[in-house]
Amino acid sequence: MTDATNNGGPVLAADGTPLKKSLAKALRLQKMRALGLIAPLLIFVMVSFIIPIGSMLFRSVENGLVSETLPLTVAELQQWNGDSSEPPGEEVFSAFVADMVVAIEAKNHTRLGTRLNYEKTGMSSLFRKSGRKIKNLDPAVDGPFKEKLIDIDKRWGDVETWRTIKTHSVGITNGYFLNAVDMRRTPEGAQSQPEDKQILITLFKRTLIMSLAITASCILLGYPVAWILANLPARTANILMILVLLPFWTSLLVRTSAWKVMLQQQGVINEVLVWLGMVPDDARLVMINNQFGTIVAMTHILLPFMILPMYSVMQTIQPTYLRAAKSMGATNWTAFWRVYFPLSVPGIGAGSILVFILSIGYYITPEIVGGTKGVFISNRIAYHISSSLNWGLAAALGAILLAVVLVLYWAYDKIVGIDNVKLG
Amino acid sequence: MPDAAQNDAFVEFERVQKSYDGETLVVKDLNLSLPRGEFLTMLGPSGSGKTTCLMMLAGFETATHGDIRLGGTSINNIPPHKRGIGMVFQNYALFPHMTIAENLSFPLEVRKMGKSDREAKIKRALDMVEMGAFGGRRPAQLSGGQQQRIALARALVFEPELVLMDEPLGALDKQLREKMQFEITHLAHSLGITTVYVTHDQTEAMTMSDRVAVFEDGRIQQLAPPDQLYEEPDNSFVAQFIGENNTLEGVVKEINNGIALVQLDDGELIDCNPINVGVGDRTRVSIRPERVEFNKDRLKEGTHTIKAEVLEFIYMGDIFRTRLRVAGNDEFVIKTRNAPDQVRLEPGAQIEIGWLPEDCRALDA
Ligand SMILES: Nc1ncnc2c1ncn2[C@@H]1O[C@H](COP(=O)(O)OP(=O)(O)O)[C@@H](O)[C@H]1O
Ligand SMILES: [Mg+2]
Repeated sequence: MTDATNNGGPVLAADGTPLKKSLAKALRLQKMRALGLIAPLLIFVMVSFIIPIGSMLFRSVENGLVSETLPLTVAELQQWNGDSSEPPGEEVFSAFVADMVVAIEAKNHTRLGTRLNYEKTGMSSLFRKSGRKIKNLDPAVDGPFKEKLIDIDKRWGDVETWRTIKTHSVGITNGYFLNAVDMRRTPEGAQSQPEDKQILITLFKRTLIMSLAITASCILLGYPVAWILANLPARTANILMILVLLPFWTSLLVRTSAWKVMLQQQGVINEVLVWLGMVPDDARLVMINNQFGTIVAMTHILLPFMILPMYSVMQTIQPTYLRAAKSMGATNWTAFWRVYFPLSVPGIGAGSILVFILSIGYYITPEIVGGTKGVFISNRIAYHISSSLNWGLAAALGAILLAVVLVLYWAYDKIVGIDNVKLG
Repeated sequence: MPDAAQNDAFVEFERVQKSYDGETLVVKDLNLSLPRGEFLTMLGPSGSGKTTCLMMLAGFETATHGDIRLGGTSINNIPPHKRGIGMVFQNYALFPHMTIAENLSFPLEVRKMGKSDREAKIKRALDMVEMGAFGGRRPAQLSGGQQQRIALARALVFEPELVLMDEPLGALDKQLREKMQFEITHLAHSLGITTVYVTHDQTEAMTMSDRVAVFEDGRIQQLAPPDQLYEEPDNSFVAQFIGENNTLEGVVKEINNGIALVQLDDGELIDCNPINVGVGDRTRVSIRPERVEFNKDRLKEGTHTIKAEVLEFIYMGDIFRTRLRVAGNDEFVIKTRNAPDQVRLEPGAQIEIGWLPEDCRALDA
């Protein structure tokens, strides 16, 4: 005790080791034990979540296909000046035939064609058609190939074809990201897509604006409900809570389809309005397959995610605050606006973050009720994943979406403070 | 007399009843009037309806029946925010999202007071509770006692004529509570505010109040100044509830010259002061521990005495506390002052005890 405090050096534990060190040792054991307990979950999350997402994100820049399938060609193309108006020489063509024979054997050439087709239409058919003929060539004896290939398809004599191959032969590419923001990678550098292919930026904007609209309508509809729930006696509140949670227990598809039944032109709402004479029979309201339908259905589906955090925050607001405010002379409105509302803001924040982030990546509901005008960026991602098989572009779109969410989260933290968010 | 009471009554409850569920009355026939400047405490066990009365006065609950008047006008239909009554809540109810100064500023802002006036008043109120340096803090950064002071300052800053406090010291430790008890009474008296104070702590009620209303089961059992409440309880509930008290049970045999002869259940006879009993009634006799005498010389000639066995002697410093068995009651306690000539009773000793008949009150059983 005396020497530990007197000599000014590090404080020592009873056995003479520095106190810091023995504390760290004691804590290390605790940490190891804690780690052991969470290890199963950690491994599960790694395998099922982080690794797939990581590999998906990597796909947004990964571009090995061209250089892996056509290694010799890519090497020879280095000598060729892409700016010249002359197609490359014989050495590139014979390397290309050698590569293709191997690729055709492994049935890889169609994949390559599909990949290059994202960049230049017609490449897919070019590779498929030529593949059948190149298969019969022997790279060792049948040369020279330049003439032969141009004979097979005159597009092999086109400088653009080779430029495309050369441009996309790099291993890591920003091409998908450029595509994702309506631009493309050309031999001349990044350029914007032709007008008729520019849809993704619009989709991003629409996704953001509609998500904001959904969040806003969830706040407007959810706040009074949460308020009532928080101020009712516990028994009644629990019964009403079941009504709030009921949607959770119904399949998402059922709920969305129900909205289809409600909103379509021959649907319940239109029928009732026509019957009441409020809407002429020949001018029924169009409420589905557009943005209105998506906002209505998604607000309904995401509303519980807004109500629950609001409710749990409001429950902690003691009624004596309001009474105190009124006893000091505040009207009901002033007491609400100056006292209750500020205290409930953390709940609004938590609900808004949840709803906004959920809706920005929502897929099923916009797909079913959104038509063409009401779909989100996630529907486009799904299309590229399962129909066009352009996984690179899908990954780039997904990465941008993720980045947008993180930026918004960060901004929210800066403005409101994330520790002001309460989920319960 | 009723006219005079009518005239200086500032707060009045007249035949007030309250039921929450339509089946049971939580407040039954409450009549109460207090003059300006009085410090009145509602004292009673938990659930006896004290908070309900306070909330009716503040306007947060409506009386099911009866009239509540403030300064002579009925306030039954006036909403809480127009009553101008200051309130201190048990949990303080300081707004956590505002600083202390903003909390105090709130009642002034809703009264549309100008900024400089507000600042002057806030400063005065904070200085009054000795918290002048804390205006910029948040409630969460203050200790319980400090929050209590702020709650008090906030209830007083808009200069209400009536302040209601519902167990305001309930959350504080004993020492702080005693200090605050003193400060609150001091403030209330120096500012001349009428105060209705609710507590279940009888010491608090005794030390702070001008008058105490003892509540039980939705009724006022007795309304009196503290000394009268302690020395002259009207019924056995009040006698039991206020201070330490010995009870013996028996039957009233006769009443002569205002002195009742009571036969205890084991046959012994004692003299009592009949309060709310008649001849032949069962009675619960109440006597304060410090009024019991075991020195025969100090008793009046001819008073009945009664045998007792000493069970336990406890030395408590300023007093001695001796537990006796009297008429089958093992919990009979006497208190004697620690004086140089004071006898210390030995456990096992057989003694005779007695008292002045006026100190021994025969109350309802
Ligand atoms: N809001 C309420 N609804 C229903 N019953 C209540 C309510 N408030 C109080 N009570 C009941 O009224 C009785 C008196 O309560 P209260 O006035 O709070 O007593 P105290 O403050 O003396 O402890 C209790 O039995 C309590 O259960
Ligand atoms: Mg109470």
